[in-house]
Order: sequence, then C-alpha cells, then structure tokens
Amino acid sequence: MIPAAFQYVKANSVAEALVLLQQHGEDAKLVAGGHSLIPAMKLRLSQPSVLIDIAGMADLKGIAVNGAELTIGAGETYHAIATSATVKHACGVVAACVGQIGDIQVRNCGTIGGALAHSDPAADLTAVFLALGGKVTAQSANGSRQIAADDLFVSMLTTALDSGEILAQVHVPVLQKGQGAAYAKLKHPASRYAIVGVAAMVTISNGVVTAARVAVTGAGPQAVRQASCENALIGSSGDAAAVKAAAAKAGDDMDYLGDIHASEEYRRAMVQVYAARALNEAIAQARA
Amino acid sequence: MTSETTTPMIGRAIKRREDPKLITGQGNFLDDVKLNGMTHAAVLRSPYAHARILSIDTQKAAALPGVVAVFVGKDLLDVNPLPCAWPAGGFKNNMNTPRAMAVDVVRFVGEAVAVVIAEDRFIARDAIDLIDVDYEPLAVVVDPEKATQPGAPQLHENAPNNVVVEWSAGNREGTNRAVASADVVVKERIINQRLMATPMETRGSIARYESSTNEFTLWTSSQAPHVMRLLLTAFVFGIPETKLRVIAPNVGGGFGQKIFVYPDMVFCMWISRKIGRPVKFVEDRSENFKSSTHGRDHVTDVELSGTRDGHITGLRVKTYAGLGAYLSTIAPGVATTLYGRIITGVYKIPNVSIDVIATYTNTAMVDAYRGAGRPEASYLIERIVDRFAAELGMDPAEVRRRNFIPPTEFPYDNGLGLLPYDSGNYAPALDKALANVGYADLRKEQATLRAQGRYLGIGISSYVEICGVAPTAWANGQGWGAGLWESANVRIHLTGQVVVTTGSLPHGQGVETTFAQIVADELGVPYDSVLIEHSDTAGTPFGYGTYGSRSLAVGGTAMVKSARKIKEKAKRLAAHLLEANPEDMIFADGKISVKGSPDKSKTFGEIALYASVGASMPDGEEPFLDETTYYDPPNCTFPFGTHISVVEVFPDTGAVEVKRYVAVDDVGNIINPRIVHGQLHGGIAQGMAQALFENAVYDDNGQLLAGTLMDYAIPNAGMLPDFEISHTVTPSPVNPLGVKGAGEAGTIGSAQCIMNAVIDALSPFGVRHMQMPATPEKIWHATRG
Repeated sequence: MIPAAFQYVKANSVAEALVLLQQHGEDAKLVAGGHSLIPAMKLRLSQPSVLIDIAGMADLKGIAVNGAELTIGAGETYHAIATSATVKHACGVVAACVGQIGDIQVRNCGTIGGALAHSDPAADLTAVFLALGGKVTAQSANGSRQIAADDLFVSMLTTALDSGEILAQVHVPVLQKGQGAAYAKLKHPASRYAIVGVAAMVTISNGVVTAARVAVTGAGPQAVRQASCENALIGSSGDAAAVKAAAAKAGDDMDYLGDIHASEEYRRAMVQVYAARALNEAIAQARA
Repeated sequence: MTSETTTPMIGRAIKRREDPKLITGQGNFLDDVKLNGMTHAAVLRSPYAHARILSIDTQKAAALPGVVAVFVGKDLLDVNPLPCAWPAGGFKNNMNTPRAMAVDVVRFVGEAVAVVIAEDRFIARDAIDLIDVDYEPLAVVVDPEKATQPGAPQLHENAPNNVVVEWSAGNREGTNRAVASADVVVKERIINQRLMATPMETRGSIARYESSTNEFTLWTSSQAPHVMRLLLTAFVFGIPETKLRVIAPNVGGGFGQKIFVYPDMVFCMWISRKIGRPVKFVEDRSENFKSSTHGRDHVTDVELSGTRDGHITGLRVKTYAGLGAYLSTIAPGVATTLYGRIITGVYKIPNVSIDVIATYTNTAMVDAYRGAGRPEASYLIERIVDRFAAELGMDPAEVRRRNFIPPTEFPYDNGLGLLPYDSGNYAPALDKALANVGYADLRKEQATLRAQGRYLGIGISSYVEICGVAPTAWANGQGWGAGLWESANVRIHLTGQVVVTTGSLPHGQGVETTFAQIVADELGVPYDSVLIEHSDTAGTPFGYGTYGSRSLAVGGTAMVKSARKIKEKAKRLAAHLLEANPEDMIFADGKISVKGSPDKSKTFGEIALYASVGASMPDGEEPFLDETTYYDPPNCTFPFGTHISVVEVFPDTGAVEVKRYVAVDDVGNIINPRIVHGQLHGGIAQGMAQALFENAVYDDNGQLLAGTLMDYAIPNAGMLPDFEISHTVTPSPVNPLGVKGAGEAGTIGSAQCIMNAVIDALSPFGVRHMQMPATPEKIWHATRG
C-alpha cells in the first residue's frame, strides 16, 4: 500500500494545468479528490510519474442555472453538490446521488468531474449522468468541446476524454414540470459502491410517457443506457404494469461482471428490480 | 491524602480514562515510534499458495540507492522456527511452525520470502519489485476437509493427509446408541467460515539491538508482551530472557490476532543485530489480511437426537478445522479444547461425542479470534437446536427451556473434560430477553405479515462461554505449555498515590479505568490517585497478557489480592502506632481504627507516609507498602445469556433488515457498565458481521479473494441496529469480585442469533439451514426454491 515515486505539482488554474499536462505528457495524471486514483496508486495498479493537483481550483468551481441547463464545475465536491439548494431545486437526483456516496470524508474530497472522468464501473454518478442525458465541457490547449453523456463512457475506466483534456464543467438539464429522475442502488457491503445502480429520467405529458432514459451502473464494465427498457416505457401511461414490463427489459443488452459478492445471474435480476424502483420514483416525481 | 470518604467506584459508568489521549491524536501507536538511525523493512511475499523456491535474485534490489540490505530465508537459519505454545491433543512429530521467512517452499499466499531494509519505507517497497524469484508452482488445497482426502496436495512430509491432530471428547458408544435409537434425529453440515480480525491498527515490530550490552528492545503491537519476550528469547533466539525488553505501545485493537509470535518480530530483531541499526516493520492492510492470523474455518457434520417432546438425548459432531499452512502460537488448543469441550452449550445432554480433525491447508494461519473456539461451538449447538425445534414444530424458546442445565446443578460438569461451569441460571435470562423483545406479540405479528407476503424472522441464541482463562494445572492438562495466572503489584508511594503494575494490558478494552475503579474501592482511596502501569516488560511483573476475557477475572483479582495484602500490613502498622492489637484493627473509609474506639485511628495516608519513610518500623516489618500477587484462578468463569433478534428479509432482493437486537448478558458483577456495554456492542457487531457480511474466502488456487477492505465487508455503524442490552447478574463464585468477563460474550452470542432469525424468516420457503454469511444473493436464491 505504498505508491511508486511520483512528482506532485499543484496547478492554480485550468490554463496552468493544461500547460503541465502538455509538459509531462502521458506520464501525468490529474488528481482532484483522489479517492479513486490514490488507492489504485497505493496498490501500484496505477503508477503515474507526475500528479497534477487540480483540487480546489477556482475555475473548476461554480454551480449555476442557465435557462434549462444546470452547470456544475467539475471541481465541486460531492458535499457541496449534495447541500446546494440550486442543485436540489434544479435537478434533485444529482444531489441525492452524491449525498449517499461514501461517507462525509469522502464527500468532502470527491468531485463530480473526477467521478465522471474516472468512469469506475461501479460509480453512481455515471448512471445518473447518462440517464439525465448530460454533457461535459472538456478544455484542452486547442480550446474546448462538449461531449454528450452517451459518448463519454467508452469502456471500463476509459472515457472519450483525450489525455490532453481536462473535464471542466458538467451540464445536466433542469427538470421541468412533467419530468422526474431518480437513482436506486444496491450497495456493495464492503466498498459501498453500486453492485447494481439504476438511474431513470422520465417525461410525462398528458398522462403519457413521452421520453425515458434509463442507465445501469455497477452490474457491468461501464455505465450503459437501456434502450429496450426505455422503448418499452415510452408511449405507455407509466402505470405499474407498464413499469413492470419496461423493467423486465432492463439489462437485456449489456455485459455483466460477477464476483464473490454478486454473480452475473443475481446482478441481472437486480437490474430489473432496481430499474422498477428508479422508474417508479421518477414517474411519481414527474406526476407531482 | 486525607481521610475524606471516597465515593465507591465499582458499578459506576465512568468514562474511560484512556480516551482523551486516544481520541485527540496523543496516543503512541507502533507506527508513531521513531528511533535514531531507524531503517525500514518491506517484505516480498509469495504470490503462490504452494510453490518450491528455485532461486531468488536480490542483486538489483540491493543495488537500489537507499537500500541497506536484503535478506532471504536461508540467511536466518541460525534462529529457530516460531514455537507453538499449545500443542493440544498430542502430536507425533508433525508440528510445523513457520520460520521468519520461507526457505525452500512457500505454503500460502503472503508468506514472507525476502525482506528489504532501506533508509525509508518507500525505497524499501520499491526494491521489493526488483527481486526476482523463480518459483515452481505446486498443487494447492484450501479446504480443511478436502485436505485430508486421498490425492490431496501434501503440505508437510511429516503430516500425512495434512492432519495436524485428531482429537476427540465425550462418549462415542453411548452417543451412537442414543442417535440410533432416537425418535428424532436432525443433521446438518454447518460451516463456520474463515474470518479476518481486522484490528484498526495493523501489526508490526520495531527492533533495536545494542551491541555494547547484547540487548534487544522490541516494540510490537501485542496483547502479551511478556509471553513474546519468553518465546522469542528462549525458543527462537536461544538467548537469555533478560536480553530482550518488549514494549507494547498503545494497541489499536487485537481481537486475538495480536496474542501470537510472528515472523516480523524475528526478522526485525535478527536484522537489527546484523546491521547494527533499528529496524521498523508495520504491515499495510493487505499484508495484515494475507499474512496475519485468521479465525474460525470449520467444516462440521452434526447430528442431534431427541424425543418428540423436545428433550435432547444425543449430540454427535465431526469437525474439520483448518489451521492454515503452519501452526500459529495457540492454534491447536483453539480448535480442540476451547471448542470441543463446550460444544453442549447451555444444555444438559446425556450423550455427546465430538471428533475434531485439525488440518494444514495452503492458507494463512488460523488462530484465536474474538471468542476463539467458543463462537464456533455456540454457533453449532444453537443452530442445530433451532433445527431440532423446527423439525418438531415446537417453539425454539420452549425447546431451549426444556433442555437448560437446571440452576440446581451448578457447578455443572458437562462430561467433556472441561472444568465445571462455575454458576448459571439460564431461564431468567431467556425470560427477560423474551419479555424485552415482546416475543408473544412478535410471533403474532410474524403470522400476520406472512399472510401479506412479508417475511419476519425471530432468532434466539442462548449461549455460555469460557472466560477468565485459566487454572494453570487444568490448562497444562490440555497441552498448554506455560502458566495462565496473572500478576499485579500494588505500591503506595510516600504521597499516598497508588501505582499498580500488571502483566495484563489493554488493547482497547479500557482496563486502565476498570482496574483503577477496583483498586480505589478496595483501598478506599480516590480513583484519580490510582495509576495503572502495563505493557512494558521493564517495570511490570511477568504476566500472560490479555485474551480469553481474562483481564478482570484473573488480572483484576490479582490486584484485589495485592490491595488486601497492603491493607493487612497497614493494619499491623497502625496497630503498632496506636499500641493496639492488629486483630482489633478495622480498615474502612480510608481509615484504620481500633474496633470499638473510632477516635483511635490513623488515615491510610498517614500510614503510607509512615511506611514510606520507614524511620521507625516495628520489628520484623519492612518499610514501604508494596505487595505482589500471582493469581492462579481455581476455575474459569462461564458467562451466559440470551440474545434475540428480529429481522425482515425481502424476497425481491434478498436483503436483510435487522429490526431489533435484544441481548440479556450475564457477565457476573459489573464494574463499569459503560465499558461492559461497549464490549458487548463491539462483540455483537462482530458476530453479526460474520452472519451477514464477512467472508475471508480463498479461491481454489489459494488466492485470497477478499484481500482488501473493498472486498472484505466489515460493517459500519449504519449497517447495524441499535442494541437493546440488559443483564441478569449471577456473580461468579470463582473470584472475589464475582466477575465473569465481557470481552467475547457479544461475539459468542450473536452470529447464530442472526442466522436463526434469517432462517426463521425463510422457513415458508422450506429453508432449514443456510451457511454464513447470509448474503442477499444467497437469500434471493433461497426464496426462489
């Protein structure tokens, strides 16, 4: 549990961090909360030669609503987000999700940008972000670009971010009347990560589900959308029978993991159970 | 000191005097110890569970700047393997204990193969990766039963079929007859899974050797520093005991794991002597999991016979106990005496027979872990009695009550070679627990909810255990290789302050507080004037340390006896000063007075001053008030109680919610209720964790799958219910304090309490038994038939 030697540099701005990234190339890693990277380094599963610390940086902070979009600085901690009245009001599922991650020490350090950029297979936020259809702003020496949630998670621990890019902002929709979103999770007894986590966002108009996005984390190598589950729900009334039918389709098209805590068979079953829970809660909110 | 009356301290729930230091970062744990010139060790550990070491190339590691030296097992052949101090059951030249490092063969993942010494811990760790070891992998066996079967891989040439010892107790023929002729026989295979102690502070050692005097000092996170000194000098190094001082700094939890002698103690000492500099080694968590001792690991076939009206007539048990790749310090005794001799629990069972086959497997060593043998026994009997009740369709509380050892039969001999149970009255504890939980109403609620498709379960556990270990003569008869008494010295300084030294010591229990409470009351002095010194072989009398819930019952009694000797001397001195007869003196309220003449008196402080100065002692009396006791108890103590839990299981996910946990524990007289409750809370949490969460599972290749805290599920507070704790009080007749011990009771009572509740909840699905831990996945499968 002793990491390999590394150089530590503190960046004070995104611009400075980008210069450092260019300077140190592939051997450098950005660190914010460090709650995924540092344990991996202690086990020597990750051995970056340079750590560029972007925690606490002013230009990665900020929580604001612009029209129909909630923008959260990538460096905002879980605690700041969980307790933000703006987030609770605009998109409560994000506050609720980060409010149950780890413990208070973890929430005081872990950041929303770190969680999304790391793409841990059992992270909570990845599923919520996918279900909300959010996007991220990535900055590089060449400027900035936006990456849609559907394009962000490539494979286990791998995102569409380039090595010279910094995830700077996270954007999610402000939930409107007729919309609801929820996250339901089966906690791992040791790590408290998700064995299965399902996030759902539902739009109901005139008693009919007009849009639905469902995403699963924990059960497989990365967070994934659940198209057949979504399609089964869209056009329905969102009543109990419709949720049951849609939930039965959750987990149809995805890869699974299995370990000493939960087999593939059990994870498959739990995806359906937790999909129903997330959908029921999202629909209840949408109707409220 | 003045003669004002002091408030009695025994029975008061005062806060622990240890805590302000420990919770404000002022504790001094092993890793806080830093010495001039200290070097740092890192250990290369075997990645194979069983392999021949063909070659080790340490050149590159040794050449890394900052590396002082690299050592391998062959370098340390001039010291002996670690000793096994409890060869219980009789050995036939098949006792295999580990060396400081493996020499030719590694036998479990995590066994030390090489040690790097460097200027800092980081360099030492880097150098580990530069050592090349060529291994020839060998076949592996991890299951204690499979290890005995034909064709199983053999760990040690001198142990055919990997058998450590075959041990039995009871009446085989009578039991066979009872089982064969019984109306009802229930049988189960019951597994008590392997657990890891997981003390908050991991283990380690710091050794310093002084060449001018040939003396070692060893700082180590230990529950038994005097025993470490004895074993390391007399058995491993072959040097005079006086050439080693052992210091246990603040110890951050042990749960048994820190009783034993370990390879790091040996290589830190050996290397410090070799290189002439202090050597520090502190385990990281992964190393603690892989290479320090584990607990439990039993595979048992059990049969219980009885009558249709719920009377138990026989119990037949066969257990395979995995002891790991080598024998740890007291492992054989834990799997035999501490388990098999109390297998009948709280019941009067006329015919009992138990066989234990202890085996070597390619796993970390197994030794005492909180409860040590008694949780395995208690789990087994309480599970099979519940199984019996279910078979009969009788209320499990009623079946228990019908078979309890009657209160009139104490002291009670269970016929299994144990000393007689000291005292007990089991029905009142059961009745109180049933009343506290509202049992009758709960059964009605359970029926109502079942009709609605909800699954409530109620689990009962009536346990008894062995504490205050142990009378030395009895322990010797069980193969124990030393004493089990405990020491305490009490001195009254000139200022009237009381200094107590003892071989007993805390690793989280709060005995500085408890000990000071009893000494203050015995002497009638203020609590704050009593200092308890411990944990350093320099300055404390030899003692056997802290385990087996013995600190208070044995160490505390030694203190009381020393204090009483002090009082006797104080009476003689007061009689001399008052020109009275010593037999006429009364010691009360901090004063020694003449019977019938209360105005003729001396305060204890006056006598202390007089004795400390010693200018005019009566003939035949030495100056100073200073008395030592080596107390060897006449018997163990046998705490007992009944725990009842209420759970709900949710068939859609298999989740378990523990809704209530009611415990009635009889630990004899209680010195400090706050500390006793703390011990019970922690103990229950650990037993509950075994039932629901923890599983130190190896795969078939001997890889520890639960090798980090990301996979080994110790519970946090949010995963546990409130504990509703109360007591009955049956004082122990064994010691003058009437105490029994509380450190392990919670663990011993709780695992089966939860499992009985889970299985009760699942009974509508036809479930009669389930192996621990009862994970959501297992429960989910069970509800699906």
